[in-house]
Amino acid sequence: MANALDSLYQQVILDHSKQRHGSGLRDGFLAEDHQLNPTCGDEITVRLHGDDALITGISWEGQGCSISMASASILSDLVAEGLSREQLAERIELFRALMHSRGKGIEQDDEPLGDAVVLEGVSKFSARVKCGMLAWVATEHAMTKEHGA
Amino acid sequence: MSSTADLTPTDPITDVEAKQLRNDFPILEQQVNGHPLVYLDSGATSQKPMCVLEDEQDFYEQHNAAVHRGAHTLAAEATELFENARATVARFVGVGADEVVWTSNATEGINLVAYAIGNASAGRGGAAAERFRLREGDEILVTEGEHHANLVPWQELTARTGATLRHIPIEDDGSIDLGRAAELISPRTRLLAVTHISNVTGVINPIEELVALAHASGALVLLDACQSAPHRPLDLRALDVDFAVFSGHKMLAPTGVGVLYGRAELLDALPPFLTGGSMITTVTLEASEYLPAPQRFEAGTQRVSQAIALASAVGYLEAVGMDRIDAWEAELGQRLVRGFEAIDGVRILGPSAGVPRAGLVSVDVDGVHAHDVGQYLDSLGIAVRVGHHCAQPLHRRFGVTASTRASAYLYNTTEDIDAVVAAMGEVRDYFGAK
Ligand SMILES: Cc1ncc(COP(=O)(O)O)c(C=O)c1O
Repeated sequence: MANALDSLYQQVILDHSKQRHGSGLRDGFLAEDHQLNPTCGDEITVRLHGDDALITGISWEGQGCSISMASASILSDLVAEGLSREQLAERIELFRALMHSRGKGIEQDDEPLGDAVVLEGVSKFSARVKCGMLAWVATEHAMTKEHGA
Repeated sequence: MSSTADLTPTDPITDVEAKQLRNDFPILEQQVNGHPLVYLDSGATSQKPMCVLEDEQDFYEQHNAAVHRGAHTLAAEATELFENARATVARFVGVGADEVVWTSNATEGINLVAYAIGNASAGRGGAAAERFRLREGDEILVTEGEHHANLVPWQELTARTGATLRHIPIEDDGSIDLGRAAELISPRTRLLAVTHISNVTGVINPIEELVALAHASGALVLLDACQSAPHRPLDLRALDVDFAVFSGHKMLAPTGVGVLYGRAELLDALPPFLTGGSMITTVTLEASEYLPAPQRFEAGTQRVSQAIALASAVGYLEAVGMDRIDAWEAELGQRLVRGFEAIDGVRILGPSAGVPRAGLVSVDVDGVHAHDVGQYLDSLGIAVRVGHHCAQPLHRRFGVTASTRASAYLYNTTEDIDAVVAAMGEVRDYFGAK
């Protein structure tokens, strides 16, 4: 039964919310940021790892609903491929557009968002968009805090 | 209503009657996500019966004019309706009409008192306001269980005046230990600000005892009656509190109107908070003199239609009977807590079944975040509140950041309770938490 609830809580999302990839803060980071969703108390700290050329991973620690936690885990996988800062910023923008698509999804070439498209269902629930965005916003803010960036 | 003919005024509402009452609330008839709406979020805001909506509309259609300003016929009618509304609401909570100040909501009422005390502390209000002046060493006492509305204004006031903010701890079952309260209340305590009924745990606080302790030390008491005024008979004079606040929107009335009660003698001594038109006697370019309470605290154009609608809501509640509403919600509250207690992995924040409580219950579901719980329930048309319910310190006390709260009102039935209990029983399975 592919109702709206099941499309929000796909198995991949529930799995990511339990086996949280990238969870656990690591040392040797470029910058970090903390984000809080004051309506429900969801919280995340994200650290950027990598070098001058590439962001090669994030490590994070958070508390929150399955959507915010799964979204952080999926983002961690995406970044682990190694992305330039421009590529990462582009993907965050694309993901933001996806979250605000009100269930319509977005056009994308070469699937730059990878698994993150499973979070499309979140866009139907306006109250949950913030949950979906939490880790991505923290990553975006962390990038602006990088020295010399 | 033949079904209720042989009931006494203190018998609870029945399921049959609650179903009849629902017909007065058009919003409750709808389907949500393909299911009949089960509205269990009245603790946040209640729904409004047709008659209240009609009375507000009738005011605009027949009587609308500025109150306390001008001499034309409509102005006189509007003023009379407005002041009658004040008298109705005052009688509803057992106080005098001149002791009722209209506010936007409970939050504004608490801020009014806090800012007025701040103004007194800054030397405003002359000799009469001396009694409110806060100095270093003075204490304001709250509890760990307060809604942010009854905490943050006191943080601000103590920060401005150099007084100290202290709190009575909340016990594991959500209650206040009177022994611990007694240790904290001292001659340094100037004001105790406490909720009557917790909007998180449903605990009914021992207000009489707390008032006696506070008064014995010379402290004033402000009661947050947000979760009691709508749900049970309330006699503020008998409780002997000095100030009290509640919000109209939680008791069948529109948003935008609330009540601050203050003992006449106190309101008359308190300097104003908001100033401007309608609250003055003489104004020169240099200074002004103020009207007595309650007008002193009602600067600017007032929420007239909302106040009239609140009086209409009071009429509706009284016609049903506050004792009967109270008894019904006690039943629904027990049914809720019993139902939730029987579910594996669901922890009640607050008293367990059998302990007197209001008709609201908050729970923590093991392995499932409150936001996800709420989403699951919503998919079945069940509206509950998720989050910290504006009580972060209390949630921290219980070791959680968020919870799921079901709160009932007179229009809820045992079917509604059974629906949320059944759905709650499925949540951990759905999210693979067991
Ligand atoms: C116990 C309690 N106090 C204060 C408030 C604040 O009420 P309002 O937002 O209407 O000012 C509420 C409602 O949210 C409440 O439940």
